[in-house]
Amino acid sequence: MIPVLNITDLHKSFGELEVLKGIDLAMHKGDVVSLIGSSGSGKTTLLRCVNLLEEFGRGRIEIAGEPIGYREEGGRRRRLPERQIARQRAMTGMAFQQFNLFPHLSAVKNVMLGLTKTKKLPAEEARAIAESWLDRVGMLARKDHFPGQLSGGQQQRVAIARAIAMAPQLMLFDEVTSALDPELVSEVLAVVRDLGRDGMTMLLVTHEMRFARDVSSRVVFMHQGRIHEEGPPEQIFGAPGTERLKAFLSNSQS
Amino acid sequence: MTYDFNFAVVWRNWDLLAEGLMLGLFLALVSIAIGCVLGLAAAFGMLSRHRALRWISQCYVSAIRNTPILVLILFCYFALPQLGIAMDKIPSFIFTLSLYAGAYLAEVYRSGLVALPPGLREAGLAIGLTEWKIKRYLIIPVMFRNVLPAMSNNFISLFKDTSLAAAIAVPELTFYARKINVESFRVIETWMVASLIYVGACVAIAALLRRLEARLSIPR
Repeated sequence: MIPVLNITDLHKSFGELEVLKGIDLAMHKGDVVSLIGSSGSGKTTLLRCVNLLEEFGRGRIEIAGEPIGYREEGGRRRRLPERQIARQRAMTGMAFQQFNLFPHLSAVKNVMLGLTKTKKLPAEEARAIAESWLDRVGMLARKDHFPGQLSGGQQQRVAIARAIAMAPQLMLFDEVTSALDPELVSEVLAVVRDLGRDGMTMLLVTHEMRFARDVSSRVVFMHQGRIHEEGPPEQIFGAPGTERLKAFLSNSQS
Repeated sequence: MTYDFNFAVVWRNWDLLAEGLMLGLFLALVSIAIGCVLGLAAAFGMLSRHRALRWISQCYVSAIRNTPILVLILFCYFALPQLGIAMDKIPSFIFTLSLYAGAYLAEVYRSGLVALPPGLREAGLAIGLTEWKIKRYLIIPVMFRNVLPAMSNNFISLFKDTSLAAAIAVPELTFYARKINVESFRVIETWMVASLIYVGACVAIAALLRRLEARLSIPR
């Protein structure tokens, strides 16, 4: 079976600083992988490379078998034209730490925009899809509210609906609860957990260790731009194999 | 000293004043419309990745903003024809005021663009929008709503600037007021009435713009 996501030897530098030093990672349909690690370990950069929000220098990312972002041309590596990149970006959905809802659009219009402007669906069809996803995340009653009228947790749930309504093959979650007040964290995690149970393939960067343990089929511990240790959550949290991971886990309250 | 006010001579010419006011509003409206487009282009130009675009936009904005508008009006009407660009009074004035409006609005838009949340563009990218669609559906609409109050102030200024068209004999309100003044010698009355008409028009425009702002502003 072709993996949903296949990363081989991914390198990424910001100027002199190499933040990803050769990442290999494969995910199959239904996998839920959590990326953990201290800040600066490259987790978020990895996620942003998969969504093509960052360019990367070396290595290859394939989504459902299709190499994304670049093509080889006579031995030279070239960035794909904008239209192709945009199409490939829509193969993955992304939820951001800061929600990033469109402030001038109501909740339902936020979800509809990609459906009508990227997928070019008729408005009625887009609205039906948007409303069913808002219902799934428990936000249907507030579909006509604007982002500024919603709490952080509610905004994040709309943002997740917006991403997932595009029917991506892979959902990316970038610290989706980090900007939330503690009492709002659980409502967002419940939505993510629910999606995982439904078989959604998900790659998440998280600082919520208990949550990572609960939802993940695999946990990847990153350190200084490399995958330092990975395995099923019971192993990573129950029997960490390296000193680094032990130190990291004991420092993060879970 | 006693002075017998006589507004009758002024009122007798109310049709001229009304006509002048209408022309002034028309000049402002057309120039603002053109200026909005120019300003938007210049604002994106000033923030462009391309050095040449940045340079051209910055030159345009600086040159216009650092020249008195009366000088611009006179230059465009009297000097441009010598250079082979001849325009009638009204087109010439609209040309000048549009350029002027564009330069000021460019600054307003530029600050609006700079102040946008950085996540807006990325969120658009993440749902597969192209740069052009991101500008059209996200960047421009959000920026416009945010700068609406600053734009309103500019609109009112621009309407008042239409009075300078009298300098090249465009028959708007100030032009007719001067004519009535010369013909009737009722200096105080004429200019008082003209001033009050400007005040009334500006207050009305401001009220209209405030309602528009309330309708368009982003609910929070």
